[in-house]
Amino acid sequence: MSNKNNLKGWLYLLPALVFIGIFMVYPLIDVFVYSFEEGYNFASQTYNGVGLFNYSYVLHDPYFIQALKNTFILVIITVPLSTGIALLISLALNSLNRFKDLFQTIFFLPYVTNTLAVGLVFMILFKKSAYSDGLINLLLNSVGISSIDFIEGPYWAKMFVLCFYTIWVVLPFKILILTSALASVNKDFYKVAKVDGTSRIRTFFRITLPMISPSLFYLIITGFIGAFKAYSDVVALFGTDLNSAGMNTIVGYVYDMLYGNSGGYPSFASAAALILFAIVLTITVINLIVSRRKVYYQ
Amino acid sequence: MDELKKIAKENRAKNTIWTIVIFALLIFWSFIVLFPFYWMVLTSLKSYSAYNAEYIPQFITLSPTLENYIQAFTAVPLARYFVNTIIFTLVTTILMMIIVVLSAFAFSRLEFKGKNLVFTAFLSLMMIPNELVIITNFVTISNLGLRNTYLGLILPSVTSVFYIYLLKENFEQIPDELYKAAKVDGTSDFKYLYKVMIPISKPTIVTIFILKVIECWNAYVWPRLITDDENYFLVSNGIQTIRESGFGRENIPAMMAAVVVISLPLIIIFLIFHKKIMEGVSRGGTKG
Amino acid sequence: MKIILDHLTKKFVSIHNKKEIVTAVNDFNFEIPDGVLIGLLGPSGCGKSTTLNLICGLENPTEGRIFFGENDITDLPPESRGVGMVFQNYALYPHMSVKANIMFPLENLKGDKKLSKAEIEERALKAAKVVEIDELMERKPSELSGGQQQRVAIARALVKTPNVLLLDEPLSNLDARLRLQTREQIRRIQKETKITTVFVTHDQEEAMSISDLIVVMNKGVLQQMGKPQEVYNNPKNLFVAKFLGTPAINVFDGKIKDGYLYIGENKIRKAQADDQDVYVAIRPEGFIVSEKGVLECEFDRVETTGRDTSIISHNPNCISDDDIRTIVDADEKIIVNDNKIRFDLKDHKTYIFSKTDEKVMNV
Repeated sequence: MSNKNNLKGWLYLLPALVFIGIFMVYPLIDVFVYSFEEGYNFASQTYNGVGLFNYSYVLHDPYFIQALKNTFILVIITVPLSTGIALLISLALNSLNRFKDLFQTIFFLPYVTNTLAVGLVFMILFKKSAYSDGLINLLLNSVGISSIDFIEGPYWAKMFVLCFYTIWVVLPFKILILTSALASVNKDFYKVAKVDGTSRIRTFFRITLPMISPSLFYLIITGFIGAFKAYSDVVALFGTDLNSAGMNTIVGYVYDMLYGNSGGYPSFASAAALILFAIVLTITVINLIVSRRKVYYQ
Repeated sequence: MDELKKIAKENRAKNTIWTIVIFALLIFWSFIVLFPFYWMVLTSLKSYSAYNAEYIPQFITLSPTLENYIQAFTAVPLARYFVNTIIFTLVTTILMMIIVVLSAFAFSRLEFKGKNLVFTAFLSLMMIPNELVIITNFVTISNLGLRNTYLGLILPSVTSVFYIYLLKENFEQIPDELYKAAKVDGTSDFKYLYKVMIPISKPTIVTIFILKVIECWNAYVWPRLITDDENYFLVSNGIQTIRESGFGRENIPAMMAAVVVISLPLIIIFLIFHKKIMEGVSRGGTKG
Repeated sequence: MKIILDHLTKKFVSIHNKKEIVTAVNDFNFEIPDGVLIGLLGPSGCGKSTTLNLICGLENPTEGRIFFGENDITDLPPESRGVGMVFQNYALYPHMSVKANIMFPLENLKGDKKLSKAEIEERALKAAKVVEIDELMERKPSELSGGQQQRVAIARALVKTPNVLLLDEPLSNLDARLRLQTREQIRRIQKETKITTVFVTHDQEEAMSISDLIVVMNKGVLQQMGKPQEVYNNPKNLFVAKFLGTPAINVFDGKIKDGYLYIGENKIRKAQADDQDVYVAIRPEGFIVSEKGVLECEFDRVETTGRDTSIISHNPNCISDDDIRTIVDADEKIIVNDNKIRFDLKDHKTYIFSKTDEKVMNV
């Protein structure tokens, strides 16, 4: 292999290498450095020690604890629920002969919409204001439930809206992946099962589920990762001051530490980001171990 | 004989019920998906006074008005946000396409020392969440004095390891013989890339382009960190500002008009390219 | 069990053009006697797979009835019909072992038909023994050869002791050697179990070699039904004549004039019919080389493949192919004069078809 060829290869890669080096590799190292630098001052860019203080501070910060709690509740509710609903809808879609494309296109629509923009619509639908109790409360009233302010009211109500909106936002991707997984299962399996008199339930658990388990599993992993990184849909519903709304998430906490009214602490932000990364990594590893035993790979 | 008839009848009834259940479920979910869009458009067409007079929200409006749309463009710098977003989206996407195409070509067709090592390193970077690197990037851009500039918005977003990977896979499906034939004819690598590989891989390149446009159009976190001057806001930040301080905070119809205007471009792109977009996403895209 | 198809019709809305109605099966009317192996034969898209799906209940007919024995089963779901089906790609569940695959249909049984675990295993083993795969019970389908997978699929279809066994292109995914072997296996299994078996194929040789009866179909219409050799010897129309036999039958433009059959200027034989243009179809084995033969052709070459000797020649009136292919005995003398060769024709290998409806003319 000539030197000229070597040079050419690297030349084509150069732009990517430069940008990835500056904006991905260097920050990756730097975030560890930040997280151990104690008393870092953003203005003078100095610090007065190295240690675990940043981690300890973050872990004792009530705002972080609240963010951690919110994030975990969100994950535990939305990941199974959204995957389940997506599976249900995909199964229904897959059994259609007609209108399949139409429904699929409708269901995918939220994927391309601006999370912040549609979040505003959700807020209006759920909000109780001086002028109006909002549409959702109108529906609740009609079944005899008194109005609730979902946006600035009780914690569970806010959590409900957040979970509902999160599911609304993540469902298109999951439905798409599952419908294509279901569509790729050979139809003959279903025909054989039908000729053999297999009930729908048994067909689902013994044939469909094992066949789509790799996709389902991929969705569960990415679902966990995505839900742990929830942020912009929360902002869309509750505004940027998430701490006072009591609805902050871990990612929100990282950004708040970095910037905004409570910002200017990249060290705390780094420590929080690394804690998040550790959590996500742990969950992913657990998922992978479970999948070894449960997932059928062709 | 009678027993057979009974089975046939039960079977028919079961199938009918099943079909009804399936359609009920699908129509119900379509309603949940579409309703916010309907409400958004509906509210944007109600006049401010009419909207505020409705203690009980009305499902239709008999006197639609466009005044909110005029307000959306005059009371807040919506046009400015729009132009910013278009500039940001186009420049970022085009720069990224160039970088992605060059890298994918190097990985798929050129032979050079250390290629596999670099590629493995690239792949492992796919697992790194944005949240980890954004902190330092914020500091870097701030230190370079690039806050509130287009450059500061664009630079960290012009590479995507994932799209390099996607395109590389696609490039590799082009038979080697074509490359050898081109070499025999004395075609340069660059010309081969430009004249052969890009045209053949056009579907994938278009898909990547559209996905990146969607991503840029909806970008929120980075622009929010890096801009606090309204003149550099993108639509997402614009929406957030409108929500928190625009139109006196109470003019909901005007806010909805702004939301409609912001959502429309992507919805139009989606309606035109929905097959391509859905196919591209199912091949391994993720949100954001 | 005897199967009766009574004026069976199936229409589809075309996938390509929503307004177009495709008739996949057009007014089928025939009876399959108990215990036979019947081959449904036709080119792809002729409606043979649809017929199979109608019999097993995966599709419902637009018109007509289906009877198993005395019972009208037209409106029954597949599972209540007592059919076993084997698909072209076998459709073995890849995540289950061979044993689990064979046991699967029995585990579906409910109510008073429900079997104990031990019974299920016993019957699975019995079915596996019939198709000779009882050694492979713990393997996964991906660890089996194509022929073995095929037999597992048959075992899975047999394990319920169905009234009717349906095979959809069962051999087309196998290589040539395995195909011969497996078709003998299917023949043997059918003879042993005596289950009425319907088997779909586009390969006429396959159908002819193992079927008790064949049904030739084209464009949704039944062309001819009968014992394989009968159908081969007495095709009712030009399509059947062309579809059966390798090498394919040679078709000529001919005419009947003044009580004689002509191909071009060659007077072939007597034919008592009104003057008209006809098709003359001659099986490759229907030619005899003869210096004074009735049909003159342009000699091209001789091809010898093992026991057969083929003579390739040309005639401007031949419309089936450029080459006229004739098979003669290896020791027959080939007489070529001035690049011309003459043949006499065997009467029972020469067919005349009307040009108007392509039906055979017995004249």
